[in-house]
Amino acid sequence: MEWEVVIGLEIHVQLATNTKIFSGASTAFGAEPNTQACAVNLALPGTLPVFNENALRMAIMFGLAVNAEIGKRSVFERKNYFYPDLPKGYQTTQLAEPIVGPGFIDIETDDGDTRRVRIHHAHLEEDAGKSLHEDFHGMSGIDLNRAGTPLVEIVSEPDMRSSKEAAAYARKIHAIVTTLGICDGNMAEGSMRCDCNVSIRPKGQETLGTRTELKNINSFRFIERAIDTEVNRQIDLIEDGGRVIQETRLYDPDKNETRSMRSKEEANDYRYFPCPDLLPVVIDDTYIDNIRASLPELPDARRARFCEEYGLSEYDAGVLSSDRAQADYFETVTGLTQSAKLSANWITGELARLLNQADLTIQQSRVSAEQLAGLINRIQDETITGKIAKTVFEILWNEGGTADQIIETQGLKQVNDTGAIEAAIDQVIAQCSPQVEQYIQAEPDKRGKMLGFFMGQVMKLTQGKANPGQVQGLLKQKLDQRC
Amino acid sequence: MSLDRSDVERIAHLARIAIDDSEIPEYTESLNSILTLIDQLQATSTDGITPLAHPMDAVQRLREDEVTECNQRDRLQACAPAVEEGLFLVPKVIE
Repeated sequence: MEWEVVIGLEIHVQLATNTKIFSGASTAFGAEPNTQACAVNLALPGTLPVFNENALRMAIMFGLAVNAEIGKRSVFERKNYFYPDLPKGYQTTQLAEPIVGPGFIDIETDDGDTRRVRIHHAHLEEDAGKSLHEDFHGMSGIDLNRAGTPLVEIVSEPDMRSSKEAAAYARKIHAIVTTLGICDGNMAEGSMRCDCNVSIRPKGQETLGTRTELKNINSFRFIERAIDTEVNRQIDLIEDGGRVIQETRLYDPDKNETRSMRSKEEANDYRYFPCPDLLPVVIDDTYIDNIRASLPELPDARRARFCEEYGLSEYDAGVLSSDRAQADYFETVTGLTQSAKLSANWITGELARLLNQADLTIQQSRVSAEQLAGLINRIQDETITGKIAKTVFEILWNEGGTADQIIETQGLKQVNDTGAIEAAIDQVIAQCSPQVEQYIQAEPDKRGKMLGFFMGQVMKLTQGKANPGQVQGLLKQKLDQRC
Repeated sequence: MSLDRSDVERIAHLARIAIDDSEIPEYTESLNSILTLIDQLQATSTDGITPLAHPMDAVQRLREDEVTECNQRDRLQACAPAVEEGLFLVPKVIE
C-alpha cells in the first residue's frame, strides 16, 4: 500500500529577554544552579507574577512575521500537573485566547516549489526547571534557573508531507526568530525545541491516522531522521496488523529509534482554567503598528533581494539569508569589496569550513568582516593569488592582524614582474629537459594538458606567488618556440 | 452529571491528595451536591455573554525587562529539606 505521511510541528522558542516572563530574575545561560531562581520562580507562598513587556513585544513580532492575526486581548491560563521542576504545580500558559492567532509561512521544497504551511496559533508560556537524575544517591537534583523563562510555542497545522518539509519548516522558523532577534536559535542549548506529531494514512484517504508525538529532537538533521524512523515503525506496525497508539515517544539519536515515553491518555487531564493572578492582556492597534514599523527585513525578503541586488544564486542567497548575523556579515564584506560573488564564496567556503571546525557561530568568528574584506581586496587588485589568499586567511584566523600586514611581513606578494617570471620559467625548462622533450614530441592538441605540469613546477619554484595568468601565457610562448 | 467512586479516586490522584477508602462515600456525596448547584448555574441562559476571564474589570500591567532579583540561593535553600551542589534534592522521579 502507498502511505502518505502527515506531520505537524510544535516548536518552543526561548525568548531572548533579559529577565523571566513573570519575575525580574535573570535568564542568562550557564549560571550556577538556582542562582537565578527567585521567590516567584520557586512558587513561595504570597508571590505573584508580573508580566514582562518585552516577552509580549517579542511574541507580537513573531506573529507579524508569520502573517498572523495578533490577539488584542489574550489570557493566561493554568495548566495543572505535578513534576518537581514545576514548583507551582501548574504551568502558566495560554489556551483559548493566545497572543498570536492563525498565520502561515512558505517553505521551499527540494523540487523548487513553494509549500504553504499554516500556523494554527502561537502562545506565550513559561519554561520549567531542569531535573538531573544522576549521582544524587537515588534522589533527583532540581535546578530552577530555567523556570519561568519566557517561551513562545508555535503550533503548526498538520500541513507537512515529508520529513524534509518538516525540517525546512523548522529551518524557516529558526531563520525568522533569529532574524527578529527574539531567540538566539541555539538548538543544542535548548533555545529552540521541536516536537513532531507524526501519523500516516493510505494515500487518498481524508481522515487522519492516529498520531504519535516525538520529543527530544535538538537538531534539524534529527528532525528528518526521527520522523523517517517513526514513519517506518508505524508502517511496519500497521502492515503487520497492529495499530498505532496515541502516545509520546522519545527519539534516541544514538540508536536511531523512537521509544514510548508515557501514555498520554492518563496524564492528559490538565484542568486548564484562567489564571486568577494575571489579568487579561489588552493591547491596541497603535501598539501593534509601532512594533510592525520596527521589524527588520525578514529572511524571505532578504533572500529575494540578495538574488536581485547582488546576482547571487538561489542557493547562496538562501544560505546567506538564513541567519541574520551571517547576512549582515555578507553585506558588510560586499560593501567593502564591491564583489558579492567573491564575498559569498569566501563566506560559504573557507570561513564556513573554519567556523564548523571550531564549532563557532559567525558572531564568534575569529576573522571579522573587515578583515575578510581586506583580504578579498588584495585578491581583486592582484596583489596576491587565490592560492596564497587561503594561506593568508588561515594566518588571519590563527594570529589575527590584517591581510596587508601578513602579505608584507611574510613576503607573499604576487610576482607580476615579467623578468622574474621568465627567469623562473627558464630555470624549470632547464631542469626538466625530458618533459620538455615529451612536450615537443606530443601532438599539438595534447600539449595543453601537459602545460599543467610546467605550471605546477613554476608555481612551486615561486612559492605560489607568480601571477598564474602571466605564467601560463609566457610558459606556452617559450615552449612553443621550441617546437 | 454525577460522580461515582472511581471519579473521586481519579480526582484525588490528579490533585495528589491522599484519601482514605472509608472517606470516599462522603466525598462523593459532597462533590455531587456541589455539582447540583453547578447544574442550577448551567440552567441560566448565557447567550451573547462573553466568558469572564477575570472578575476584576482591569487589564494586565506590564513590567520593564530589567533584572531586579539578585542571587539569594542560600537564604531560599535554608528551608529546603535536602540540598546538594546548589540543587534541590527530591525523591527520584523518572517517567
